[in-house]
Amino acid sequence: MHPALQGILTIVIGVSGCVGYFYFSNQLLDKVLFPPRGPHAGRNITRANLIRPWLFLFPALAALSLYLAYPVFETLRLSLTERLPGDRSQFVGLANYQKMFSEAKFWEAMRNNLLWLIVVPALSTVFGLLAAQLSDRVRWGNIAKSLIFMPMAISFVGAAVIFKLVYDTRPLGQEQIGVLNAIYLFLGGDHPASWLTIPFWNNFFLMIVLVWIQTGFAMVILSAALRGIPEETIEAAIVDGANPFQVFFKIKVPQIMGTIVVVWTTITIVVLKVFDIVFAMTNGQWETQVLANYMYDKMFRANDWGVGSASAMIIMLLVTPILVWNVYNARKEMR
Amino acid sequence: MDNIVGKKSGLVWAVHLSLALLVIVWLFPTTGLLVSSFRTGDQIATSGWWKSLTASEQSQTLRTASPDEQQEIDGVFVVEGNLFESTDKPDISSWGTSSRDIGANAPGDTVEVNKGTATLTVTANGDYRLESSEAFEGRRGERVFLTAKTPPEFTLDNYDKVLFDENNREGMAKAFFNTLTVTIPATIIPILVAAFAAYALAWMDFPGRALLVALVVGLLVVPLQLALIPLLKLHNEVGIGKSYLGAWLAHTGFGMPLAIYLLRNYMVGLPKDIIENAKVDGATDFQIFVKIILPLSFPALASFAIFQFLWTWNDLLVALVFLIDSSGETTVMTKQIVELLGTRGGNWEILATSAFVSIAVPLAVFFAMQRYLVRGLLAGSVK
Repeated sequence: MHPALQGILTIVIGVSGCVGYFYFSNQLLDKVLFPPRGPHAGRNITRANLIRPWLFLFPALAALSLYLAYPVFETLRLSLTERLPGDRSQFVGLANYQKMFSEAKFWEAMRNNLLWLIVVPALSTVFGLLAAQLSDRVRWGNIAKSLIFMPMAISFVGAAVIFKLVYDTRPLGQEQIGVLNAIYLFLGGDHPASWLTIPFWNNFFLMIVLVWIQTGFAMVILSAALRGIPEETIEAAIVDGANPFQVFFKIKVPQIMGTIVVVWTTITIVVLKVFDIVFAMTNGQWETQVLANYMYDKMFRANDWGVGSASAMIIMLLVTPILVWNVYNARKEMR
Repeated sequence: MDNIVGKKSGLVWAVHLSLALLVIVWLFPTTGLLVSSFRTGDQIATSGWWKSLTASEQSQTLRTASPDEQQEIDGVFVVEGNLFESTDKPDISSWGTSSRDIGANAPGDTVEVNKGTATLTVTANGDYRLESSEAFEGRRGERVFLTAKTPPEFTLDNYDKVLFDENNREGMAKAFFNTLTVTIPATIIPILVAAFAAYALAWMDFPGRALLVALVVGLLVVPLQLALIPLLKLHNEVGIGKSYLGAWLAHTGFGMPLAIYLLRNYMVGLPKDIIENAKVDGATDFQIFVKIILPLSFPALASFAIFQFLWTWNDLLVALVFLIDSSGETTVMTKQIVELLGTRGGNWEILATSAFVSIAVPLAVFFAMQRYLVRGLLAGSVK
């Protein structure tokens, strides 16, 4: 069957299946199992209302538990086992972790990930704050915002191509078509550099791609927060003779600290999962490996599910503090 | 407030300038790709794209006709013609015969070549005349280095080749449709499933509700990476394997926490009176949901739809793991571009065009629906 046809069929089956499920299960509950009539009408209504939420929740909960909750435990189990020929597996304790910890490539990925974790959220937040503050002060601010926000819509792979062109290198003597080398030579650099192959520093050239994408996100959230600051506080500061910089750093920033933390943690999660950029631009060569790409390497190239799962668990471990923090805050808010 | 601060006009200018600078820096890389996709491979390889927008001095190496075409006129051997093959002839600003000094001569100059045995004249429009008292030998013509002002020149050939050339096995047409096939069901189905759940979590009372909300918030940040192997195993065991169905299911599952979270947050904020009135009037939960909640929640549904669309369209990892098998028939655009980066790393005209084809749709959605995207972002970041 043609995939497009298959796609349309899936939409039809999926949508009508969902609607049908919700409609008929409700009908079944109200008309057949617990009809709100007869001698037990009151009791039936109570019972139906006890069950109904779960009817509404069932498909979503099934998807959540099968596609997100179950894999967490299964990955944990896989990370503690070794795959044997013939679909069998054997419990090996922490051997996979030991094997992983003895690999230099893993520590390289850890070091790079830590770098990413510091640099990308910091730069994105700073640029986002700057863009938000500046664009709120000029009339064409909305256009500026929308242009800075635009990279959000571009795929990591697309961004990788865009920046590969920026970083392109031509031999000395030929005209440079990568803008970075063109500027570098214009400013007096003596030799065009191949930016992505300079160990250690190339990490930063990869990070720039993510900063470029995430700044728009930070800007949108922070701009809303800046606008939410009560005018009186700013007025009072100006009356007291504060200059614009003091107003910004001493009045505005402290008041949006909560939002800055939210932006920071959200970008942190994106960074921990970053895969496409490294995969498409260097594939972890020249000391640019990161955890997510290391994991992909282990799982699908080396076919080593044990170590692959172990590295996935490391990513999970790094996310856990944020997870706990989010859940804690969400519960606090619900009360 | 701004007028008070705005009294310092110097600062206002600084604000304008720095914002303009920021916007230019942010826009510059994408513009480069867009402009490059309209240039030929030669143009991209010989000059930076930023120079293509203005008439530029470009140097090229051409040859005179080969000695086969010489004519003998009054005892003088002559080769004549025009250096340019195409009909539009740029104005030559300087020329030379040695690669060490390509701009040695002005148009109209006559210089000695072939170790002084012959003379060459090149005029501004590329006409040349090569004269010698002895017959020319060899098979190739004289090399001439030209520097000429060429007007900006753009072409749609790249798009033609990437999208409509059926013999081009690296074309994007098939991948484009595959991406679309993945994206649309993977956007629509989770919305419906999540909307019902969000309603239950927002407006129905049952034990364990708070716990479930916390669970959703927790699952919001669980990295996709953990799900790859267990789910691939599962898909293989139940016979889905690597297929569209697998990709749709995976995207549905992975998008679910954000969908429920966004929609629930929005639905909680809907006015309580409407819902209670409807209940008093005897409406069932199902009716309330379909007739009241769904229409009122349109902005939230739209925000999530955009998120999910952008995410599935731009996704590489899920497609690599759950969709693309060894036959490569179901390849998506992101994967196709990664392949091109590997095999055609130097062919910028192909790369830029392919990348832009894949970027164009999300960009259009972005600019058309930006309002909903912003609203979704504001509601979706965990406060």
